Amino acid sequence: MTRVLTPGLVLLVAALFCASLAVGTIWFPPITLAHALLGGGVPLVREIVVEIRLPRAILALLVGAITGLSGAVLQGLLRNPLAEPGLLGVSAGASLGAVIAIYYGFAASFALATPLFALAGAMAVIAVALALSRRGGTLALILAGVAVSTIAGAGVSLALNLAPSPYAAYEIMTWLMGSLADRNWDHVVLAGPFILIGAGMLFATARALDALALGEAQAESLGVNVCAARLLALIGTALGIGAATAVAGTIGFVGLIAPHVVRPLVAHRPGATLLPAALAGAAIVLAADLAVRTLPFARDIKLGVFIAVFGAPFFLWLVLHLRRVSP
Amino acid sequence: MSTLSLERVTLRRGERAVLHEASAHFAPGRLTAVIGPNGAGKSTLLLVAAGLLAPDAGEVRLGAVPIAQIGRQALARRRAYLPQAPQVDWPICVERVVALGLTAHLPAFGGLSAALRARVGEVLEQFDLTALRERAATELSGGELARVMLARAVVGSPEVLVVDEPTAGLDPRHALDAGRRLRALATAGCAVVVALHDLDLALRIADDVVALRDGVVVEQGAAAAVFTTEVLSALYDVEMRVVRDAHGASVRVW
Repeated sequence: MTRVLTPGLVLLVAALFCASLAVGTIWFPPITLAHALLGGGVPLVREIVVEIRLPRAILALLVGAITGLSGAVLQGLLRNPLAEPGLLGVSAGASLGAVIAIYYGFAASFALATPLFALAGAMAVIAVALALSRRGGTLALILAGVAVSTIAGAGVSLALNLAPSPYAAYEIMTWLMGSLADRNWDHVVLAGPFILIGAGMLFATARALDALALGEAQAESLGVNVCAARLLALIGTALGIGAATAVAGTIGFVGLIAPHVVRPLVAHRPGATLLPAALAGAAIVLAADLAVRTLPFARDIKLGVFIAVFGAPFFLWLVLHLRRVSP
Repeated sequence: MSTLSLERVTLRRGERAVLHEASAHFAPGRLTAVIGPNGAGKSTLLLVAAGLLAPDAGEVRLGAVPIAQIGRQALARRRAYLPQAPQVDWPICVERVVALGLTAHLPAFGGLSAALRARVGEVLEQFDLTALRERAATELSGGELARVMLARAVVGSPEVLVVDEPTAGLDPRHALDAGRRLRALATAGCAVVVALHDLDLALRIADDVVALRDGVVVEQGAAAAVFTTEVLSALYDVEMRVVRDAHGASVRVW
């Protein structure tokens, strides 16, 4: 099972990616799609595929993959199956940054202000969390994350509370729901490098995560630099999830679900969970984006809301299941 | 094979000195029991000896080289450390847990080589774990888990093995089994350092003893010299006697 898992997930992601390009208000057969991607065919079709659907599909792939990967790394690092990127306040910080951009009207004058502010917010939050937990261990980190996450959340609520106009409040609400609609290549270029660098840092923790299954003292005795692994995981998450939230808003639950779906299939090894979790995350977001674009009842539902609606029951099942199996 | 030595090691937590100018020597081929009442600083001494905690003053040396100068990976290949009541957080199978002991032996990229895999098999055999190799480590009994952890520590063939309370929570049979396995490792040439509360077991397996109280090494030397009525009574603040008869020696609280 372990051996076919990664190739299987790669095929699934590739299939969903192609479907994202072909499916929408207008459906394209594979041959038209190939023509458009190679720069030929009808200009309008090329425009739709290359300028609208391709960046959106790439973003769905990147956002899903980094979210699943980061969830897997954080669950391994904190040795807690309920950990997810949101726990450290990165998404909340990014949301606050975006909300500030919308609230003060920067977003109206400069299109990329929202993602740039969101990125800055994510970095600021992780810096504060790191500084607060510098001398403590894992627990101090979680507590610091929860604290800054709460403060950032309060900032978002305050902005909604004091919103200058119903329109601004509506815009903030819409952004918070998470969506990939109307994204273009600018967003890919903005988020892509951060997500790729973040992913590289997160993948570099694989071996440390395996050893950390034995606890921090034993991992340290096995030659693992636990402190360095923690820094890699945090900064990787800040870069990756910060950039993902900056372009797509808050996409909850993927970071929690994706590692859990694949973990039993890789014999529960924390390090081996990373790549499959990233692929599973990409598949979930691609599939969900496809669903909100095509299912008649889901047309008006934002991506983040759609995933949460299906993610929350899973979360509930997870909590109940854990209670049943833990002594 | 080199001797692990602590030279006048002092470690402070805030104002309090957890270890005060503690010196001790752990020789290859010998099993040294670290004994003392709760809070004496045994676990801290072991962490410092394993190079996992840097002392505020004094020095820890492996052979002639200060342990701080040995690289993280190189040190991990030469000494193994087991904390008190070690746990595995995910349901990973026994074979994988034991293989984690070879983390520092892995190449920069890629997994276990055939030779390392053979070594894991050998250690599983040695610790009677072959039948359990596919079992999840979270489903093991206390005695089985203790055996798995010891196998995990030994798989890298360390020169120095530092173990904190390996028999805590084990029934007499499993405690004795763990003690015998540690004894065998020492006999095979490893320098074994064990913190123990079970004085009868210490009496049975130890070559040397380091007695620790309030962070100070109050006595050290061959087991026969330290396990005396006077030393033990002063160490634990209770009247204790070492009784030697036809069935061996044991410690009794009066």
